[in-house]
Amino acid sequence: MLDFFLQTANLWLLLALVSVGYVVGRSLEKRHYASLRVRERELLDVVALSTRYVPPGVAPSGATLVSGSVVVSSDYFKTFVAGFRNLFGGPMRGYETLLERARREALLRLKLRAREAGARLVIGVRFHTTRVAGSSTPSVEVMAFGTALFTPA
Amino acid sequence: MLVSNLETAPGHRVVAHLGIAQGSTVRAKHVGRDFMSGLKNIVGGELKAYTELMQEAREQAVERMVAEARSMGANAVLNVRFVTTSITMGAAEILAYGSAVTIEPA
Repeated sequence: MLDFFLQTANLWLLLALVSVGYVVGRSLEKRHYASLRVRERELLDVVALSTRYVPPGVAPSGATLVSGSVVVSSDYFKTFVAGFRNLFGGPMRGYETLLERARREALLRLKLRAREAGARLVIGVRFHTTRVAGSSTPSVEVMAFGTALFTPA
Repeated sequence: MLVSNLETAPGHRVVAHLGIAQGSTVRAKHVGRDFMSGLKNIVGGELKAYTELMQEAREQAVERMVAEARSMGANAVLNVRFVTTSITMGAAEILAYGSAVTIEPA
């Protein structure tokens, strides 16, 4: 019996890591979504637009570049499931939520930076997504940047 | 120094175009940080050390771009773009570039 477990140690280790990834990863994701919703409501007074032009009716006195970024990593469970997905194709739900969380987090940080700088409007917002190499599970960096406008009160 | 990713300088008028200003930096990860991130890879989530690393690198790239623009006699950099390329395992180049211009209040 013990022999069997020792011979298949690699398999058990993989299963353990995948289940730890599932349980902890899922609760972390739930917590992140809850915190995103709360902080997004707090930052409703900062407006971010992707337009390249100053909206009509706004007379800015100055501007500055602001950015927000986050590096997120997938967990063992998501990576494991994605491996199977690669065989049959179709949506990778786990990665979709991972990138959605990252993008919302990056935009939140951009808005926070804008508010710290004393601006309430950010225009020309762009997103960049880069794969960060060198880890066993995929991780990506999402960056949001734009131009914060200062308007005389 | 006004830095913006727009083609225009809000609240200002462009007087002269001086050329492209750029700044870049190549950063490598810390082994200790890399180990902690390896553990974090099991459960997923934010890799705070890398977020900070990339943010610092980007700030330095922008700083160098601004310094170059200043040496060209500019007082603003417009149309700023960022490019991130991972060169090898654990090293990345971050490049910031834009148009060096002189502006005056509109």
